[in-house]
Amino acid sequence: MPEALYKKIDWVIAGIWLLLVVFGWMNIFASSVSEDGFVFSLKEKYIMDLIWVATALTLGILILFVIPSNLYPTIALPFYGLMVLLLVAVAFVGVEVNGSKSWFALGPFRLQPAEFSKIATALLLAQVMSKYGFSFSKFRDTLRVAVVLALPMLAILLEKETGSALVYLGYLLVCYREGMTGWLLVIGLLAIVFFIVTLVFSPFVAILVLLALTGIACSFHVRKPLQGGLITALGVALLVFLPRLMQLEAFSFLNRFEPEMWLALLSGAAALTLAVVFWFRRQRELRNLMLGFLLGLLLIFSVEFVFTKVLKEHQRARIEVLLGIKEDPMGVGYNVHQSLVAIGSGGLSGKGFLGGTQTRFDFVPEQSTDFIFCTIGEEWGLIGTLAVLAVYLVLILRLIATAEKQKDHFARIYGWCVACCLLMHVVINICMTIGLMPVIGIPLPMLSYGGSSLWAFTILIFIFLRLDLDQKKYQ
Amino acid sequence: MDTFQNRRGILVIAIVIVFAVIAFRLFQVQILDKEYRVTAENNALKYETLYPARGRILDRNGDVLVDNKLTYDIMVTPIDVTPFDTLAFCRIFDLDTAFVHEKFREYRRYRRRIGYQSLVFCRQVTSEQYNMFIEKNYQFPGFSGVRRTSRSYPHAGGGNLYGYISEVDPAYLKEHPEYRSGDYVGKTGMEESYETLLRGEKGYNIYLRDAHGRIKQHYEDGAYDKEAVAGTDVTTTIDGVLQAYGEQLMKNKVGSLVAIEPATGEILTMVSSPGIDVSLLADINKHYKDIVSDPYKPMFNRAVQSPQPPGSVFKLVNGLIGLQEGVLTPNTLYGCNRGYVVGNLRVGCHGHPSPINLYQSIMMSCNAYYCYVFRSILDNPKYGSVRAGFEKWKEYTASFGFGQKLNTDIPGEKAGTMPSAERYDKIHGKDRWKSLSIISLSIGQGEIGCTPLHLANLAATIANRGWFYTPHLQKDTPECPIDGRFKERHYTMVDTTHFEDIVKGMEMAINYTGGGATATIARIPGVIACGKTGTAQNPHGDDHSVFITFAPKDDPKIAVVAYVENGGFGATWAAPIASLLVEKYLNGEIAPERKALEQRVFDGNLIYKVKVKR
Repeated sequence: MPEALYKKIDWVIAGIWLLLVVFGWMNIFASSVSEDGFVFSLKEKYIMDLIWVATALTLGILILFVIPSNLYPTIALPFYGLMVLLLVAVAFVGVEVNGSKSWFALGPFRLQPAEFSKIATALLLAQVMSKYGFSFSKFRDTLRVAVVLALPMLAILLEKETGSALVYLGYLLVCYREGMTGWLLVIGLLAIVFFIVTLVFSPFVAILVLLALTGIACSFHVRKPLQGGLITALGVALLVFLPRLMQLEAFSFLNRFEPEMWLALLSGAAALTLAVVFWFRRQRELRNLMLGFLLGLLLIFSVEFVFTKVLKEHQRARIEVLLGIKEDPMGVGYNVHQSLVAIGSGGLSGKGFLGGTQTRFDFVPEQSTDFIFCTIGEEWGLIGTLAVLAVYLVLILRLIATAEKQKDHFARIYGWCVACCLLMHVVINICMTIGLMPVIGIPLPMLSYGGSSLWAFTILIFIFLRLDLDQKKYQ
Repeated sequence: MDTFQNRRGILVIAIVIVFAVIAFRLFQVQILDKEYRVTAENNALKYETLYPARGRILDRNGDVLVDNKLTYDIMVTPIDVTPFDTLAFCRIFDLDTAFVHEKFREYRRYRRRIGYQSLVFCRQVTSEQYNMFIEKNYQFPGFSGVRRTSRSYPHAGGGNLYGYISEVDPAYLKEHPEYRSGDYVGKTGMEESYETLLRGEKGYNIYLRDAHGRIKQHYEDGAYDKEAVAGTDVTTTIDGVLQAYGEQLMKNKVGSLVAIEPATGEILTMVSSPGIDVSLLADINKHYKDIVSDPYKPMFNRAVQSPQPPGSVFKLVNGLIGLQEGVLTPNTLYGCNRGYVVGNLRVGCHGHPSPINLYQSIMMSCNAYYCYVFRSILDNPKYGSVRAGFEKWKEYTASFGFGQKLNTDIPGEKAGTMPSAERYDKIHGKDRWKSLSIISLSIGQGEIGCTPLHLANLAATIANRGWFYTPHLQKDTPECPIDGRFKERHYTMVDTTHFEDIVKGMEMAINYTGGGATATIARIPGVIACGKTGTAQNPHGDDHSVFITFAPKDDPKIAVVAYVENGGFGATWAAPIASLLVEKYLNGEIAPERKALEQRVFDGNLIYKVKVKR
């Protein structure tokens, strides 16, 4: 290899990769080393991890210098097909770990195909979206992207690994970058907000919020926005008293339905009529807002159903604990509570390497895999957690910046995929340990113990480094 | 293509905002919020656990059945220990010096894991030992005493009912992360059922250590300390006096004695004999091996865990079903010539007048009569096939609770067995069985198993003329209301009017003076009791003696079953035992003319008749 090429590697990304891998190994050592100190045995987690690190490094070097990069667009489709097949197969013949069937066992090594299908999906997405003339305004193209995303998600849901499936939603950010309408993301976010408002407060409050939002949005599309806004504010303020009104004797005839039913029936009927009117008047924005309002009503009334019927017992419990509907520090809330205690006890500067008491005495379950961030929080304190957070932010922003520099669309889109995949993992994992999200078991990139995930992230990142390197070669 | 390049900026800003939110939350958890740091077993803080007193178990009249007595656990904080007079220490607690040395070797090995924690050094020392220790406390730095409670039992008996408490083991800890090693938890019986009420809540004092690990002061003036909250007293439905009397009656017999208050479903007495001796219960760990290896299995709560054939007692159920189905009236007459004979099949019976009606059939416990009744239920042309008739019959028995768990609050309850059509298919071939093939069911024999509790429930159901409350041990009090399932009336599929005929037969079985009545031995002066004997054949030796009864006939106050294994005829042992219990409950004492009977029961020893594996 020529010396000049060696220097052209994006060393910021590669350096951060190495830094995280080494730091990760240290923390795994901290959380799993026994009283007798360092022991060289395959039974020890930190030795197993060392093997994974060494193999990952080898893989990285192979990708960077041996495997030709023009291979990737070609093999994207077959690789993707194989991964989806494996995902389905593992749901039937895999080993069951913690209630989800997502592992292939090969002696002491276990592989999780869900980790690798992320790479295949990223490659195929990049290949599909970089085709000449691709546009989200074409229905065929949009459908292709949707299928590429949906297949692995469905297969993973089959394995009951809900968490891993969520990661794929991160690729929607890539789609947005490449021209998909932003409304999809806004609607998604609003759906989450309404789900939470309905659960924490009541359907009645949720409908009021929906009314207010729709009213304000409509105001921008009428001739006198200020008046529209005032009417909305007044109307919502009056409706707040509806349940009170219904308690009065004089209005007892209203008691046939609950207040939220009245509200939904009346406003729904009004919105439907207005939608028809606006449709005839060809006022598209207002019509869409009305349809959006109706959709919102539907969502609010399906929350109860989704929550009690679709979600499983443990998922429901986790959400209830997160939203503070139920306090259960000894049961479902146990993980999160102990995790918060561990992180909180770290204070500003932590208890020092190997000094953690919470994480070392097995208070926190899954502490070397999904809850590794606790060990960091306890032993390295706020300084450590913020540093880790900053390193991830730098890595993600650097990936985006490097991706934007690519002239080749395939490389750019792939780079974005890598950044968004890491983003989802980091945000979901950390938010879970600090009680901002329900417990969703996915690893923290490069830091969590687990060979599959380390390999997967290494391959993911190094393919991009190679693509970047190839571009610089011809400069 | 780069028409969308501005979107990069939007996404980057969004990402930075999300990371800022996370950073703020971390700042909040790690710096602002002190709560989390206090909860952590921080190096600088020493936690002293305060154990709550466990709730007591009271009987229905407020008498204490299970009480607490004060003991102490001696704790050690290895890091604070300086060399001390081992011999003096051992003398106080009656220990072996080798034991102390071994303990300290262990502490040294795990010193890093232990850190500043306190560990239990020896458990449950008496108050006297503790007082001696306190006097010389200054000699033993690093040692301290913690108040714990252990159990005491003012009444003799009830071991199986109460259950016991013992220290949590690692397996249990794994499943229940809210417990810590050293905690006590209820095992079996009411201690297990009402663990959440009885256990109370642990508290703690927090002390601050200086850099040398010495305790300096109360952390933040005790602002974060937590008082222990004593466990709630649980009132049971058990009548302590009656329970003790029941245990006395069942002494040296193998079997069960259960009494229920029919109007409420409250269990007044539940004896499983032989049971765990309460004097061993408080420190059961010492005696655990002996108890487990006892061939009569005292840990086994026969009243709810031992399904057996009910014998003739079950004729009542078949009679009720026959009446409801319209294939039987109280005046239906059937003949019996020492049995029921069809071809080669013969169900024997004892000698009695013939033909007889329903009342007489109950009074004299005629086998042939119920063979006719059972066949007319199953072969009812209404249902088209024996199989359909059988399924209907089974539906009736299920409405009485047979063949299923009653869903009481007693741990380890068994469902018993009711045979299924599929089972007969297997024995005789698909649909190749007739009502005759399964005729033993008519007299409560064959493939049928009921726990004594099922039979007690049957007695209560008949006493109520057709409904029951699920039997339970917890008394409904304003402080601890019982579960809703105990307040739900369960009606059987038989109309209440038909019960009156069965009750009349049961009354005659005890009180008819014209001759032929099977249970005259259960006659109680001044009380009109109703009853039915049973003699259950079984492959393990002599017949089991069974008796169900309730009294008084109108507005019954108590329903009882006695099940005495290998006791012979129902009238020999079970009827005297059950009737004595009823008499004790209703009259408060045993009438002089029945004293001899009581003595015979007290003295009776049937335990040698029961075959056990040694």
